[in-house]
Amino acid sequence: MNKVVDNVTDALIGIQDGMTIMLGGFGLCGIPENSIGELVRKGTKRLTCISNNAGVDGFGLGLLLETKQIKKMISSYVGENDEFERQMLSGELEVDLIPQGSLAERCRAGGAGIPAFYTPAGFGTEIAEGKEVRIYNGKPHILEEALTADFAIVKAWKGDTAGNLVYKAAARNFNPLMAMAGKITIAEVEELLPVGALDPNEIHTPGIFVQRIFQGKEFEKRIEQRTVRKRD
Amino acid sequence: MALDKIGIAKRIAQELQNGWYVNLGIGIPTLVANYIPSGIEVEFQSENGVLGMGPFPFDGEEDADLINAGKQTITTLPGAAFFDSATSFAMIRGQHVQLTVLGAMEVSQNGDIANWKIPGKMVKGMGGAMDLVASADNIIVAMMHSNKAGESKLLINCSLPLTGVACVKKVVTELAVLSIIDGAFHLIERAPGVSVEEIIAKTEGRLIVPEFVPEMQL
Repeated sequence: MNKVVDNVTDALIGIQDGMTIMLGGFGLCGIPENSIGELVRKGTKRLTCISNNAGVDGFGLGLLLETKQIKKMISSYVGENDEFERQMLSGELEVDLIPQGSLAERCRAGGAGIPAFYTPAGFGTEIAEGKEVRIYNGKPHILEEALTADFAIVKAWKGDTAGNLVYKAAARNFNPLMAMAGKITIAEVEELLPVGALDPNEIHTPGIFVQRIFQGKEFEKRIEQRTVRKRD
Repeated sequence: MALDKIGIAKRIAQELQNGWYVNLGIGIPTLVANYIPSGIEVEFQSENGVLGMGPFPFDGEEDADLINAGKQTITTLPGAAFFDSATSFAMIRGQHVQLTVLGAMEVSQNGDIANWKIPGKMVKGMGGAMDLVASADNIIVAMMHSNKAGESKLLINCSLPLTGVACVKKVVTELAVLSIIDGAFHLIERAPGVSVEEIIAKTEGRLIVPEFVPEMQL
């Protein structure tokens, strides 16, 4: 099954104003840079973006915030972006903050056909307001619902033409979960390989979850907190 | 003498036990990895999807795809593993991680913790903190005893939005080691040269002080 599209423009066909999209990545690690650039170029508006973070000023989802293309963000941590904070505190941007583990599991559940699950995370805090509580093993848990999206956009290290994906190091993060939860999942890869080139034992996301795949270009892979030690 | 951040990290490192998997939060907790007592072997979990974190890379050897939960570039040690975020929080929620060390803005005498939001001022989000504190059996908070305005951070009740309820077991500050049992802080140790009176004066929550309070051995 050939899922290859020629370029990022073709990959993003069908993404329209007002849609909900998931974008993989943790911080700036493992984000679909090419696709974010294309969304800026397309000018798609009123997006609901599900992403663990919101990029930084001038990179990642920060680019879509600057152009005010995002109506609502669903994230766990947004601390590195001044424009985000400004839009949120002024009320221009709707923000739904979710514990990171619940966000990951809600994406996984969405892709796995599980409508909701109980978790202890957030019990007794403001994020539990209005949510059903049940006691399991003597401990209160809150009901969290699955998340799905019109489109999920993920970034992988290697992919084959059938949509099988392999991620590199910590750039895996939310990508495999969001790949499962998109009605249409688009994979942007550093290296697009012929079918059969990837060892089936080593595949992280089976191609069944991916509808479109394309070879990304000129990945900047910006580092948010470059931290090094001295050589002795 | 009150401890500095390194002193706090060194004292917390004494809590590490052989064979533990440990999650360290951002800030002072990250420093704990530098002071593992000799003969103790632990493995560090980073909730963005890494087990077996090593030291920071040498200049020029950074890899943008290899970061910790604080988004810092890291390295891995032999035996390391990478995994997705759902698997990562399965380790945390499923109590496969034996110790969590994190920072806080406030801790209450019944073990509530607040560290993610100052209404109207700062909203960074909870990241993985709510999942960590809701599930971990063993949570140590590393923080300063007072905030920048000089107000105690060890309170009767937290004033800021909570991250978790009745979950903190131990607090290590620049002045003291305290455990939280049955709705009170219990003074376990004091920093070298710090008086019990100073700790009492700077602790707003209910504080139980035994007759003899040993100094920390660092």
